[in-house]
Parts: sequence; C-alpha cells; structure tokens
Amino acid sequence: MRIDVNDHAYELRCEVGTTLAEALRDELSLTGTKIACGEGHCGACTVLVDGTPVLSCITLAHAVGDAKVTTVEGLREHPMLRAFVRADALQCGFCTPGQVVSAVALVEATPDPTTEEIRHAMAGNLCRCGAYPKIEEAIRTWRD
Amino acid sequence: MARLIRTEKEVEGRYEEVFIVVEEDALEQWPAGPGEVVGRPATRVDGFERASGQAVYTADLRKPGMLHAAVLRSPHPRARATVDLSPALSLPGVHAAVGPGEIEQLSADCNYQGQAIAAVCADTLAQARAAVRAIRCDFEVLEPLLDPDEAVRRGELLGDPRVRERGDYERGLSEADVVVEAEYRTQVVLHNSLETHQAVVEWTREDAVEVHISTQYVWGIRDAVAEGLGLPADNVRVVCRYMGGGFGSKNSPDEYTFIAAELAKRTRRPVKCALTRREENTAAGNRNATIQRLTVGARSDGTLTALGGEFVNAVGWGGWSSGTEGPMQMLYACPNVKTTTHGAKLNLPPMKAFRAPGFVEGTFGLEALLDELAAKLDLDPLELRRRNHTEQTPEGGEYSDKNLLECYRRAEPHWARRHEVRARSTETVKRGVGMASQIWYGGGGPPSYAWVRVGSDGRATVVTAMQDIGTGTRTAMAQIAAEELRVPLEHVTVSLGDTDRGPYATLSAGSSTTPSVGPAVRAAAADARAQIEEIAEQRGLSKDASVAEVVDVLEDAQILGKGARGPNPTGMQVLTFGVQVAEVAVDVETGEVWVERIAAVHDVGRVINPLGASSQIEGGIIQGIGHTLSEERLHDPATGRLLTTTLDAYKLPTIADVPEIVSELLDVPDTHLTNLGSKGLGEPPIIPTAAAIANAIRDATGADVRRLPISREEMLRALREAEARQKEKVGAPAGV
Repeated sequence: MRIDVNDHAYELRCEVGTTLAEALRDELSLTGTKIACGEGHCGACTVLVDGTPVLSCITLAHAVGDAKVTTVEGLREHPMLRAFVRADALQCGFCTPGQVVSAVALVEATPDPTTEEIRHAMAGNLCRCGAYPKIEEAIRTWRD
Repeated sequence: MARLIRTEKEVEGRYEEVFIVVEEDALEQWPAGPGEVVGRPATRVDGFERASGQAVYTADLRKPGMLHAAVLRSPHPRARATVDLSPALSLPGVHAAVGPGEIEQLSADCNYQGQAIAAVCADTLAQARAAVRAIRCDFEVLEPLLDPDEAVRRGELLGDPRVRERGDYERGLSEADVVVEAEYRTQVVLHNSLETHQAVVEWTREDAVEVHISTQYVWGIRDAVAEGLGLPADNVRVVCRYMGGGFGSKNSPDEYTFIAAELAKRTRRPVKCALTRREENTAAGNRNATIQRLTVGARSDGTLTALGGEFVNAVGWGGWSSGTEGPMQMLYACPNVKTTTHGAKLNLPPMKAFRAPGFVEGTFGLEALLDELAAKLDLDPLELRRRNHTEQTPEGGEYSDKNLLECYRRAEPHWARRHEVRARSTETVKRGVGMASQIWYGGGGPPSYAWVRVGSDGRATVVTAMQDIGTGTRTAMAQIAAEELRVPLEHVTVSLGDTDRGPYATLSAGSSTTPSVGPAVRAAAADARAQIEEIAEQRGLSKDASVAEVVDVLEDAQILGKGARGPNPTGMQVLTFGVQVAEVAVDVETGEVWVERIAAVHDVGRVINPLGASSQIEGGIIQGIGHTLSEERLHDPATGRLLTTTLDAYKLPTIADVPEIVSELLDVPDTHLTNLGSKGLGEPPIIPTAAAIANAIRDATGADVRRLPISREEMLRALREAEARQKEKVGAPAGV
C-alpha cells in the first residue's frame, strides 16, 4: 500500500487489518503516536487525516487511501507544542502527543476557541495525570 | 562521614526498621523564599521531548529480533485450569510457550480474575494473541469469596487485624455529650496509567539481563528480578527513562516481567510483554474498596472525647492492608482513639498502592463524620477542626514542622464564600461549600545518592538513578543543581532511570522523590561547586566568577561532585498537611452533582518549582473528583466477573469535568528536614478532595452521602434519607 504521512509518500507492506496506529508505529517507527487503550476510548492515538482528527488505533491503514496523514512528528514546528510546554500542559506525557494533535485540529479550524469549544473538542482525549486545566490554558494561549 | 544508623523507614504509610548508612548533611538550608532558580516557576526540562513524541517510553522500544508475548489469564475469580499448550505452539510465528508452574508467576490455581496461567511469544503481537486463544484450557469453576464482611467472619485475612488504641475509648465515649455513628464505603478504583504495565527483557549474557520497564522504582525491579532469576543484583540492568504514569501501581516487576524473562531465555531473543488496557484494568492493581464503621464522641463545645473505627480493607487476593485508620489516629488531638483494621482476602484482583493508599479512603470517612458531628452540634466545621487541632502529635511527640492552622487561615477567604454560594441555589439546584483537612507522610528519607559532573563548557549533568514518573522530578533536580552551582537552568541536564548509569536513588512513590533525592543532588552540586571555587582561587579569579569562566581551561578534565541524602530529624514525625474547600451544585431532582470550584492550601515545606507543583495539585484534585463522582470498578456480585475493564465503561474524568481549581502552597522550608526543607507533593492533593465534596453536598442539601462514588443513586438515596429525617423532626414535609 501507499500512504502519505507528514508530506512523505511511503510504500508499505501491511497485512489487511493492520491499524493506522500499528502502521505508523511498527512500520514507520513514528512512535509519537501512542496506543493506550487500542479500542478508540482514550484519544492517545489521535492523528490528522486530511486535517480531521481520527483515532488511529481503530482506523484501518488500508482505508486511509490518498488522504494526507499528519502525526505529532509532522507538527514539530507548530506553536501548539511550545504552548503545551510553556503552560506545563503535560505530566507523564503519554497522552500528550494525542492532545497536541487534537488541539492543533481545533485551532486550525477555530483559531480562538471559547472554553466551551475547547472542552468539547478535547473531551475525547483522556489524561490520567489531570493536566486538563493547563491543556486548556495552552490552547487559549497557543499564539503567544 | 558515613554513619551506620538504625531507623524507621516509611513508604506509603508503612514503617519498617532498617539499618542504613547515612552521610551527614553538612549544608545549611537556603533562606526561605525564591532563589535564582529554586522556588521560581520552570517549564519541564523534558517537556518538549514528551509533548513532541520524541521521548521513548518502554511502549515505544523496538529491539532487533524482539518477540511479543501475550498472556492467558483466568476469566474466573476462582477456578482450577487444565491447560494444553500444544495447539498454540504449532501456529505461525510462535517461538515459545510457558505454562502453569513453569515459573512461579503462572498458575493453574486461579484465585482472581486475571491470574496469569500461561504465556506465548511470537514474531508479532497479533500472532501471540492468536496463539493464546488457541491454548486449550478447561476450567473447573469454584465458588468465589467476594464479600469483605464475610471474609472477616471466616477469618480469611491478609495479616492479623491491626488494633491501635490510645487513652480509654469507652471512657471517652461516656464523657461525650454527643455521639455520631456512621458507616462509610469506598469503591475499587483503577490506576489506569495510560502506558500499561510492560517490560522488554533481554539476556545479554548467560547470567545477565537487561530490563526496560515502565516503573516507579528501577532499583526495586533490579533486586526483585535478581532474586527471582537467581542472579547477582549487578547482573541485572534496569532502565526506565520515560514512563507513562504509575500512581503507585508500578513499584514491582510483577508477572509480565518474569514472563518476558523466561521467554527471552528460551528463545535467546528480546521479549516484550505489555498488558492490554483490559488486562491493565483487571490484573495490574487497584485501590481496594473499604468499609468504615466510625464513631465520634464530643462535648457540646466540639472537643473530641472519643474516636473509634472498625475498618475493613477489601484487599483482594494479594497486597497489603493499608492504613485506612491513619487519619483517625493522626489528625486530631482526641485523647481516646481505638481502631481495628481488617484486611479481607477475597477472590478479587490484588490491590496495589494508589496515591496515598488508605488515607484517601480514611480521610473521606473521618472528615465526613466530623461534618456530621458539626451539623449535630450546630458548629462551623472549620471551627470544629480548629478546636481539635494539635501542635504535638496525638501521642505527645514532636512534628518537624506543622502549619495546618496557617493553612486553615489561608483557606478562610474560600470558606467565607459559602454564604454567597448557597444564595445562588435555586428550587432544584442546591449549592454549598465543604472543607476537609489533609494529613500524610512525604518526608522521604535516606538512602539516595547523586553525582554532579561539570565539563569545561561550564555545563553540568546530574546523574542519579531515580525516575520521573510525570511529576516533574527531573526538572526539580535540575533546578536544585543549577541553584547550588550558580549556573543557568538551561545548562543542567539530568541523567536518570538506569541502574547501570548512576547511583541508587529511592522509588518514585510515597511523595518521597524530591525530599529524598533533592538533598543528595544539592550535596553533590555543593561538592562540585566547592571544587570550582578552589580552581577559581588558584586561577586568581574572583569567587563570583561564572562557572564557565572558571572551568574553560579544563579541556577534557571534569569536576565530579558527589552527594548523599542525610538522615531525617531524630524523634520527629515529618508529615504534610493541608486543607481543601469544595463548592458543589446538586440537582435534587436528578441527583446529579457538579463540582464548581476547589481551593487547595497545602504545606509541603519549600517549593522547588511552583509551576510543576500547581500541576501536581490540579492533577491530584482531578483524580480525586473522579474517585468521588464517577470512577468505580464494578464486579458482578454473583460471579465476581469484572464489568468495567474498558475506558468506555470505567469513567475517568475528562477535561469537561474539571472545575475551577485554585491552589496555594505555604512554601515555608521545614527547618528540621535536610538541606532543602522540602517535602513531597505527589499524594497530599488527592487526600481531602472526596470529603470536601461530600461535605459541600451536605452543606447544599442537608444530605449525608456515605458511599463513593457519589452516583446519582447514592445522591438520591441520601436526599430521601435527609427528607425522611427532616419530616420526623418537624412533622412536616422538608423544604428540599
């Protein structure tokens, strides 16, 4: 299969049934995308497919087709990353790449989200350490 | 000078007597208040690595030739299994299988759901899982013991009942003007670290292994693995540079590490054994349920005359009976206290430490009971607590430092909001404010060691084999070294998490990392600094010359400083204290509860990093809110089968559940405690949250909630009970 990840085209050999998360992590070594539940409940595996956040652990790699996949590795220059560090919006950091990807999707569509919009967009990304207040702050101040 | 002492060592509220070698702590504490780096907000030194996905967690580790293991576990809480591994071994990609009795951790004798029976390793995880499904396994299902009270009646206990008494409890009760009795229950809560328990084990020689593991204690893993595999401890290298949460559940190697070790030995390949989320929520530990039958006696002015408790810790099949009675024993000046604590052994998965084990549960019971007493006496709950405050330990001993009254004083503005909050109640939505106090350990202790290395570029590396489990200890250690060395924070890196590359440091549990390792890091930095000043003198440079200027001629030479954690103050209890004030809204028609605001004031001595500290407080409170309102591991009471192993069924708090959180730390160094005066902050913030919320609910509605989580069912039950009580009292329908 062919897949476009972070503006690179890759040729991969994946068994049918391989999830996008497995393809990214195991085939492309893009381990910034985390798997924390493997069944679409926690958001740690969030990546962008044509700019829309999807749960890569329950998305089949072969179903992505020609769409452009963006992982956290493709967002290294995005101001959102610095905003997360600045606001201390992470603790153990395991959910954080997924949080960052969801946050980027939000502000790309809505550059100045309200608290309600932030909470709605981010409610699918669980953080067991409870960095939520500072995740909200990071998203509010991402352009500073 | 090194000195051998016999001392009490405390971990998670459990004490043991140990011999340790300590080195005297010769440094004076820094003056109170912010320094150049310490006491000032610092963003995480590893924040970018973690946020950007560059940090390599155990879950991300790929070794050449690495095989993946999967584990067959008992679906029954009590059963005898008969196992045939051969169908699994014939499947594609499968390299080895290990069955019951072949290693100690695998058993056909299943006493809880999730007991590991057998394991397989294969080229891919999918192949390993398919092979586990192919194992032929028949179960003789037996009747499980699930009821904690029944276990106590039958004497199915973990350890002897713990009876602790001071004064004369019965006399204390007879002297009381008012006696309140209540039964509180707390539920099983799951840690749900987002990185599940996992390890990659590789035999690097016939008699040496390397273990990469998501752990809170690399040295504990080293010793346990060495013992389990019969190897010298130095032949076991344990590495954990980044880990995705632990909360108390990752202090030991558990079955998965030994499964990986055995399969790695048989295949001569590195083997990874990682729990799935469902395995994690079955067999990776939990905060056990408790039943607390509590009694308080007091004079009409609120002076406590007696406190009593029968505590049942529903421990499960293994673990330990935590100090649920601790808050009742320790928080107030009451002269007559008697507690009995049972650890019920049940056919349920073993408990593990979970962020202030016992004290979270016990504080809910005690502090809710105190508010029931305050209501009965028509006393202000904060005033009731002040009247029973103690400046000495209840046994008459000394605290190294205690500023609980100051915490109360600083909480006053938050407490004073209750009139305005209540006034915002409507016909169906009642609002109120509640508070609860916090007591816990957190002083840490020896031993812990650190080295500090300064190169000719003037940059420093702190080397200590501790862990940063997400609390920000890596950043705190860099701050301490930067302060002492007088270099910018950006010029310090911290190398940690590797038993082959650094000296011993304590576990990341019990709020002990900063107070244990921090003083060692400071001592090591001071040792390096002294050498730098000697060189400055020989070069004719001023004492205040920058480190870079002093060492720039050194080329490959390095300054090496070493430091050790000194002893704790003799004969003093080192404890942490605090108070939280919660504001809630209760829909009295639906039973829905919202937490709208929590103010937290804690005293943990000197604060190293105010930014990271505020994050710790927020995180603790948010976990506390989950514990109070939504989280519960349920099992079917008939079969004992677990019902909430997914993150869909088990309700963790989300960003939408977070109230306004205001946090404040006293930031006063404990002058008796080491060269830093700092205590730990990991656990204190989760301790009073449940009780503060329950007490706010009482303030709002008059209802006594006594069971966690406060589901709508429990809320409506408490409201109906309050209404019935009100009717009885006035002979007319209640206003609620």
